[in-house]
Amino acid sequence: MTVTMAEPPLVSGCQEPHGHLEELRRDPIGLMRRVRQECGDVGRFRLAGKEVVLLTGAEANEAFFRAPEELLDQAEAYPFMKPIFGEGVVFDAPPERRREMLHNQALRDKFMRGHAATIAGEVQAMVAGWGSTGTIDLLDFFAELTIYTSSACLIGRKFRAELDRRFAELYHDLERGTDALAYVDPYAAIESFARRDVARAGLVELVQQIVDRREAGPPPTDQDRDLLDVLMSVGDDSGARRFSTDMVTGMFISMMFAGHHTTSGTAAWTLIELARHQHVLAAVVAELDQLYAQGEEVSYQALREMPMLESAIKEALRLHPPLILVLRVAKEEMEVEGYRIAPGQLVGASLSVSNRLPEDFPHPDDFVPERYLEPRAEDRANPWTWIPFGAGRHRCVGAPFAMMQLKAIFSVLLRGWEFELTQPPDSYSNDHSKMVVQLAQPCGARYHRRSSP
Amino acid sequence: MKVVVDRDLCQGHGVCESEAPELFSVSKQGVLSILDEAPPEDLRGQVERAVRFCPTGALRIEED
Repeated sequence: MTVTMAEPPLVSGCQEPHGHLEELRRDPIGLMRRVRQECGDVGRFRLAGKEVVLLTGAEANEAFFRAPEELLDQAEAYPFMKPIFGEGVVFDAPPERRREMLHNQALRDKFMRGHAATIAGEVQAMVAGWGSTGTIDLLDFFAELTIYTSSACLIGRKFRAELDRRFAELYHDLERGTDALAYVDPYAAIESFARRDVARAGLVELVQQIVDRREAGPPPTDQDRDLLDVLMSVGDDSGARRFSTDMVTGMFISMMFAGHHTTSGTAAWTLIELARHQHVLAAVVAELDQLYAQGEEVSYQALREMPMLESAIKEALRLHPPLILVLRVAKEEMEVEGYRIAPGQLVGASLSVSNRLPEDFPHPDDFVPERYLEPRAEDRANPWTWIPFGAGRHRCVGAPFAMMQLKAIFSVLLRGWEFELTQPPDSYSNDHSKMVVQLAQPCGARYHRRSSP
Repeated sequence: MKVVVDRDLCQGHGVCESEAPELFSVSKQGVLSILDEAPPEDLRGQVERAVRFCPTGALRIEED
């Protein structure tokens, strides 16, 4: 069988010394589109000393997303994460342990009701100081908000209450420390890596201050005990604390990582796309006004029944997926559409390319929320190419939490406020210079208090 | 009516358990057990909601 398998074709533009690395750092979506144009479903590019087999289209994506962890492994695929998480955290753990950790109790459905109320409360706290009109930076606003929501829901409300803007700013520097140059050297002497390491030390220091306050204070009661209290109480054989503050901080960073820049960016893009498409915005606001006509609290049940807002969020996710490329390392030889993938090669699925395939999504570059309504339902009709959350067994385990969170955020924001863009609508874009994609600044918006919410 | 789960897709979120606790149970490790694969007709509404709201689309109903 192996004799008939061909090497995936190499895309044009390979340059010494690092192959396509510089292009990936400059224009990753352009590179990935060209791979599909020139090579088809299975193509290849070079990332420093590594080869990446890039898959797009339903058939190749299905092979990617159905592959078990033992065949396509995540651990070695993201060298830029290890300096952020630290030793012994997540990608340093074996596959079976990672799978277990994914079943984070806090993401279970039975906890979503409580999370919905927590998130609504955090949004209200963020806008409590707003006057009748003013401006915000969308990246700063949503990045800070989602630090509070994710820490409150995943670690505990008591821990959240001990955080302020400083935590969000340091966390942002961590996310900026994800230059693809990490494929050459995760500790290369560049500014973003230096800031990353300073930021991580700063976060450990903030958590240490919280630990010190708790150690000096009375022991926690059963009601207000949070994850930090639990981790502080675990002892080793000699009775000393088993988890250092550095390790605890690493755990918190990793728990919050997947849900932070992703949710923050999607919230910002949803607002931008709604502001660009006033007729959709009007329909979403009408849906919310009707749903909450009696002045109800934001509830989990209400959040399940908002097709207009849900469709707008899904369309923002399709056009602006927060992860544009997901990677694995092949542990064994594999065959995809007649091409050979060799052990040790990186294998990637391009979310941004697949989400805009014209054969699956008519008018792929347009914002068309109606495509999710019955009978089109283009997300469910294309389970292997509508992949903002990935797919199959590797689908983002936080996706239901993220959708609930986004609906809760807009339930509060759009009932109380009107928004308009402060820049030309076409000027908003993503910054792709880092592996963690963020909105490029400036990205302003103006709010006005609604007269009759 | 028969309830079928695609084990490749199930992630153990427990939405089905919330909708129909008498039919679905998710262990602490996130493994789903279907307690009655051929549930009585009077539970159809709950089963349909479990299928509809399953976040990974892992459940389906097969008619007899």
